[in-house]
Amino acid sequence: MEVFISGCLILVFSGAVALLSGRSRGAPWLAALGVWVGCGTALVPVLATLAGQAPESLQIAWGMPGGSLSFGLDGLSAFFCLPILLVSPLAALYGCEYLAHEKKPLGSILFFYNVLVASMLLLMAARNGLLFLVVWEIMAISSFFLVIFDDEHAHVREAGWTYLIATHIGTAALLVFFALLGRQAGSLEFDAMADAKLAPAMASVLFGLAVVGFGSKAGFFPLHVWLPEAHPAAPSHVSALMSGVMIKTGIYGLLRALTMLGAPLEAWGWTLVIIGLLSGVLGVAFALAQHDLKRLLAYHSVENIGIIALGIGTGVLGLTWNQPVLAVLGLGGGILHVLNHAIFKSLLFLGAGAVVHSTHTRDIDHLGGLLKSMRWTGLTFLVASAAISGLPPFNGFVSEFLIYMAGFSGVRTGASNTVVLAIGSVGGLALIGGLAAACFAKAFGIVFLGEPRSSHATEAREVGAAMRWPMAALAAVCLGIGLFAPLALRLVLPAVQAIAGAENVLIDGPLDSAISVLSGVAWVSVCLLALATGLFCIRRRLPRGEEETTTGTWDCGYAHPTARMQYTASSFAQPLTDLFRMVLRTHRQGNVPQGFFPRRATYGTETPDAARERLFAPLFRIIDRCAAPIRRMQHGRVHEYLLYIAIVLILLLIWKAGGPQ
Amino acid sequence: MKTLHWIGPVMAWVLSPLMLGIINRVKAVFAGRRGQPLCQLYYDLFKLLRKGSVYSRSTSLVIRVAPSVVLACMMICTMLVPWGKMEAPVAFAGDIILLAYLLGLARFATVLAALDTGSAFEGMGASREVEFAALAEPSFFLGMLVLVLHCGSIGLSDVMAGFSSPTWQTSGILLGLVACSWFILLLTENSRIPIDDPNTHLELTMIHEVMVLDYSGPDFAYILYGASLKLWVFAALVVNLIVPLRSVPVWGQIPLFLLGMGVIAVLVGIVESILARLRLQQVPKILIGAAALSIIALTVELME
Repeated sequence: MEVFISGCLILVFSGAVALLSGRSRGAPWLAALGVWVGCGTALVPVLATLAGQAPESLQIAWGMPGGSLSFGLDGLSAFFCLPILLVSPLAALYGCEYLAHEKKPLGSILFFYNVLVASMLLLMAARNGLLFLVVWEIMAISSFFLVIFDDEHAHVREAGWTYLIATHIGTAALLVFFALLGRQAGSLEFDAMADAKLAPAMASVLFGLAVVGFGSKAGFFPLHVWLPEAHPAAPSHVSALMSGVMIKTGIYGLLRALTMLGAPLEAWGWTLVIIGLLSGVLGVAFALAQHDLKRLLAYHSVENIGIIALGIGTGVLGLTWNQPVLAVLGLGGGILHVLNHAIFKSLLFLGAGAVVHSTHTRDIDHLGGLLKSMRWTGLTFLVASAAISGLPPFNGFVSEFLIYMAGFSGVRTGASNTVVLAIGSVGGLALIGGLAAACFAKAFGIVFLGEPRSSHATEAREVGAAMRWPMAALAAVCLGIGLFAPLALRLVLPAVQAIAGAENVLIDGPLDSAISVLSGVAWVSVCLLALATGLFCIRRRLPRGEEETTTGTWDCGYAHPTARMQYTASSFAQPLTDLFRMVLRTHRQGNVPQGFFPRRATYGTETPDAARERLFAPLFRIIDRCAAPIRRMQHGRVHEYLLYIAIVLILLLIWKAGGPQ
Repeated sequence: MKTLHWIGPVMAWVLSPLMLGIINRVKAVFAGRRGQPLCQLYYDLFKLLRKGSVYSRSTSLVIRVAPSVVLACMMICTMLVPWGKMEAPVAFAGDIILLAYLLGLARFATVLAALDTGSAFEGMGASREVEFAALAEPSFFLGMLVLVLHCGSIGLSDVMAGFSSPTWQTSGILLGLVACSWFILLLTENSRIPIDDPNTHLELTMIHEVMVLDYSGPDFAYILYGASLKLWVFAALVVNLIVPLRSVPVWGQIPLFLLGMGVIAVLVGIVESILARLRLQQVPKILIGAAALSIIALTVELME
């Protein structure tokens, strides 16, 4: 445990050094070195725990009432540390080159990046409610400062503001969660909380608070409103870290809460399944309607968090129905998807960052043909696109396969509740998968294929080695997990055990059969690669196989096609966005060509977030109106504010003195 | 015994181009023409394999790799499909998910290759293809859910091995509903009328054919052969459902299976001859209808 903590200290310390030397050219490299060393150090105990070593723990006294510096590392924590330890160093290396042309001092971004990584690691190890909240808040604040790095733009400040409010709404729910649970347990230590005997009603209230609190960080619909704002605003390697890794702390928190709330109720499972389906389908529907590459990716995080919630919900239902197969496959698939999503989503954000770095635009409809000028970025983006669409032989398929299998295995028992679950999870997952493939055919196809649509795209150049290698490494992991699927499932085992084991569910049998099925999948993936390569070689060896003539694209007799006549992202997605027009409410503006000699025609669409527009905006207006009378107390006279403080303190003192001793 | 299992895929690899020949012959008979030879696709394939290829200046390596990926996916799909008592050479629990996603990978490759050319026509085809595929996929899985619920096993081979003529007497309605649903998917996925028209000359009206406008030579041969394998895979799934192969002795299974495949081809030809292509806006409705058939089947099975 000491090794793990010292890894975090190395991170913070190197960040502080980088902060002080923020103006020098070597600062980013120094900070990145700190991330590599810190994460490397922390990796040792994490791997040891995953390999089956007994959970470690460490307790240090802390002057805070109710608080203690208690840390622990069990299977669940160790598994969630993996994506942090994998993605942070790569993104930090990428950041060195990404930030190289920045004229601003880099001290703050480097410092907060390292603090964010350290706080996420500490969060996984925190075993006390108060400590957890403090680290949670450090994580929120440091990521807030990373989001507003480009604070000279008004939209970035706006995005930062949205994020700050959203994360604090979540924290408020968590504060109540820990206060209530701590009161029931009589202590804020996690161990004591896990032993608390909770009435089902109380447990359900706590579960609801956990869903709101952790769900707002993870991006459950409709609490996802900050994601499509903050991810595009932040520098790309930060978006990669936040979208790939940080939002998973919400999932971790939810799972940790599940271990503390006693036997789960059936309603919790259904809640998670419904949230998962809602987030999945609506996330991908909104993604389809976006033109901003990073905003599109942000909505896909909502979609993938939905898939994760669907898996976990299925697993929880499996636990309550006492169906170990359902529990293992659902939880295993959901938790493995956490790792998979961390890998391909951070790769996608790094790829998007490389595109932005090289073309200075995020608008998909201004790009095109980048695969020819940016081959590495393009190919790694292609791998990640296939992976996030859940296509074999990449990692996304493995975890989605497990969740599908959960649905099918449940049906085999023939009970009607499992059939209802399967219609939702299998049908929903198939729809989500199809839509995601459509969306990434659009994202990759319009950005990297065809002809450049503007001068932004014509002048694109491949990025340097420090940005290319992290992307290549992540792409290799995507393929690796796909080809070694059974091993990946073994990696998830400790985390599944932490949740299912608490309910005394036997997981060995279903696990073995899942592993044998996954080895079948992995074999087919290997065969697929071999067969495709073989067919390609045969095709080249044909008598005239290498003979190539180059000409223009067949344009059906059209004389002078231009690059602007290509299909755009908006036209590509239009049939699908039309299907979802009830929820999307896309705004259209522009003027159509009119008259005999039309001059200039424009057309544009914009799809604002439905939850923001139609749920939170009216809600905040109402709150604003109700809070208006209180504003009379806030008038700017400092001495009266001091008076308020004094009155409150005196009242507290009286309450304390008069209360039970 | 294991070698016997390979009869299925080998039949698919050898005979699948013939199915398109049968479909075209049926259409010719309906139109009062003599029609092209039954083996026309074989001639086309051999002709194309001996040619050089033409690529657009706009394209990158995606269009060069896509045909191999598509064909590899389809060949593996043929190995996943059982027939009669025979297990498929590759059979495990949940293989249907792999089958669906291999079809998805092939589609992804075709769509990207279409966008690679930068042609507005091919972009249009690609856009429609992904739309209909996203709607077709849930129906495919829901159909499989019905079968899993009925047979109590997950693997495609185990499920199909569970059908016999008594099954048709006791729960024919289930199999009928799923077979209908999957037949609609067969028409959609293989871009047949009424969803798509494989042989109009107006590129604007097509989906799949318009995406492959820019292929030539061996690449086009791969694409055509891949498409015929895909038709075979879907037809084999439907035949397994509606023909009680299990009830006849082993030596009779092959002729009966091939007869079933022929009937499917004739059926597709008849549908193409007597129906007009649907307006594009209507296609989602027919696909959602296919999903509804499977949900009805699920309800029926639960009520029993």
